[in-house]
Amino acid sequence: MTTPATARSGAPLPGGQPASAWTGSRRRTGDRIFSGTATASGVLILVTLAAVAAFLLYEGYPALIADAEDLPGDKSFFAYVAPLLYGTVLAAVIALLVAFPLSIGIALFISHFAPRKIAAFFGYLVDLLAAVPSVVYGLWGIFFLAPNLVPVYQWLEDVLGFIPFFAGPTSATGRTMLTAGLVLAVMILPIMTAVNREVFLQTPRLLEEASLALGATRWEMIRQTVLPFGKSGIVSGGMLGLGRALGETLAVALVLSPADVITGNLISSVNSNTIAANIALDFPESSGLAVNALIASGLVLFALTFLVNYVARAVIARRREFSGANA
Amino acid sequence: MAKRIDVSDLDIFYGSFKAVESVNMSIEPQSVTALIGPSGCGKSTFLRSLNRMHEVIPGASVAGKVVMDGQDLYGSDVDPVAVRRHVGMVFQRPNPFPTMSIYDNVAAGVRLNSGRMRKATLDELVESSLRGANLWEEVKDRLGRPGSSLSGGQQQRLCIARAIAIKPEVLLMDEPCSALDPISTLAIEDLIYQLKSDFTIVIVTHNMQQAARVSDRTGFFNIEGTGKPGRLIEMDATQRIFSNPSVKATEDYITGRFG
Repeated sequence: MTTPATARSGAPLPGGQPASAWTGSRRRTGDRIFSGTATASGVLILVTLAAVAAFLLYEGYPALIADAEDLPGDKSFFAYVAPLLYGTVLAAVIALLVAFPLSIGIALFISHFAPRKIAAFFGYLVDLLAAVPSVVYGLWGIFFLAPNLVPVYQWLEDVLGFIPFFAGPTSATGRTMLTAGLVLAVMILPIMTAVNREVFLQTPRLLEEASLALGATRWEMIRQTVLPFGKSGIVSGGMLGLGRALGETLAVALVLSPADVITGNLISSVNSNTIAANIALDFPESSGLAVNALIASGLVLFALTFLVNYVARAVIARRREFSGANA
Repeated sequence: MAKRIDVSDLDIFYGSFKAVESVNMSIEPQSVTALIGPSGCGKSTFLRSLNRMHEVIPGASVAGKVVMDGQDLYGSDVDPVAVRRHVGMVFQRPNPFPTMSIYDNVAAGVRLNSGRMRKATLDELVESSLRGANLWEEVKDRLGRPGSSLSGGQQQRLCIARAIAIKPEVLLMDEPCSALDPISTLAIEDLIYQLKSDFTIVIVTHNMQQAARVSDRTGFFNIEGTGKPGRLIEMDATQRIFSNPSVKATEDYITGRFG
């Protein structure tokens, strides 16, 4: 039964019964190995996720039910995590707002505008950015980006100070939420650009030519075919970037000067911290229920990432019929 | 609105490789001109040079003249985008935009060319284009469905509707039926016959019966050998090409002795 089908022949078997060329084992070894490993990989992901979730729930639960006075800062877990959650989302949103259009622009330049040699060099540079360790970005943020942004922030406060985001007073060190968001933007740019570049290059030539033959300029062709065709890829790339921005720890921990507040002010020295950076900063000095509170905040981050991914998938699935995959 | 095209001494290159050499040809308005010849003889390349789609390929270039309505399409001040708005194209494989509805596919070219348009005007144009492509009755109740939900033959007629919606003077067809079944092919051939009252049509085909059925004039392209450029061997009324061609190679090809 487990004999590979190729070992069979049409000749009568020694047993006497003629073996038909049409019968044979339908479970070929190669197929079984392949489907086995594929299934195992899928299950492994689920098991890992479940294990992480279980750990977070088990270790975080005491903090979730603890009385306010037992928790750090003498307030309920919700009040404890709210500013952190807010800071996490704010930093990630700033990063995404900056990196999303930029990554599409760079990817389009590489895939459709640059001469081939320059494009290859550019693609290499972008990939190189992805290989820089996050601590390096953090140091770059503190020692280069933050001080150099101070005059810019001062200008923003003077000119656009009526907008709450830029109300000031400007941080003297430049270690603000906006700086953290910009450092995150640089960090998530390579992965998003790489994904976008790949999907843009996948646009069928036939579709691009259809658009050009209708009298589209190059930019119109891109809007008509390349961008819609790559939409789900662009969203996936954005999710990868957002996931990294939400979870990035070290760079934010180094750059941001945090406080326990919720504020829309992006350029002052009083900023909300992010969940991940808060865990990294507080963990060495915490014990007892404070550790549980940190882990529970990790659970909140875990849930947030899930939610964001789910929403993104749902957005793509809604227009499945019009997907470029039907080309 | 159909226009005449005069091609003189046209050489077509891919980089330094000369793919087509010194073509001289007149294409009559309101008629169907068929281009036949063995694979690789440059007939599709020649077709794509008529709406400057050839130069979309990196390194591709053209020397010579293509004059339409007194204007050389390769003149230094001519915008290739404008040329393509006057010379429409239907491709070998149906290529409706998968991300657009049937309606939006037809409207795609118009939206590029004339910016904003009143909904009612656009509705009318979409309907008349789909009627012009003999597709209206089949899709009128599902204009919001994706273009990719149609059958291959319907998709190709959708592409024809999309091409004629921008009211070009000339319609180029690059083997439009080669991916279709015989019934869909017949539907397209009927359509070509109707369309020639409004457009100048140039069609590349591998199917000689098709050339004989749909065209008024036929040009035969041939190639001497690999690496040599393709040439226009003979061009004449279709009837004459298929009954009494003046060049031996043409006769050999249409009688099936090679190619």
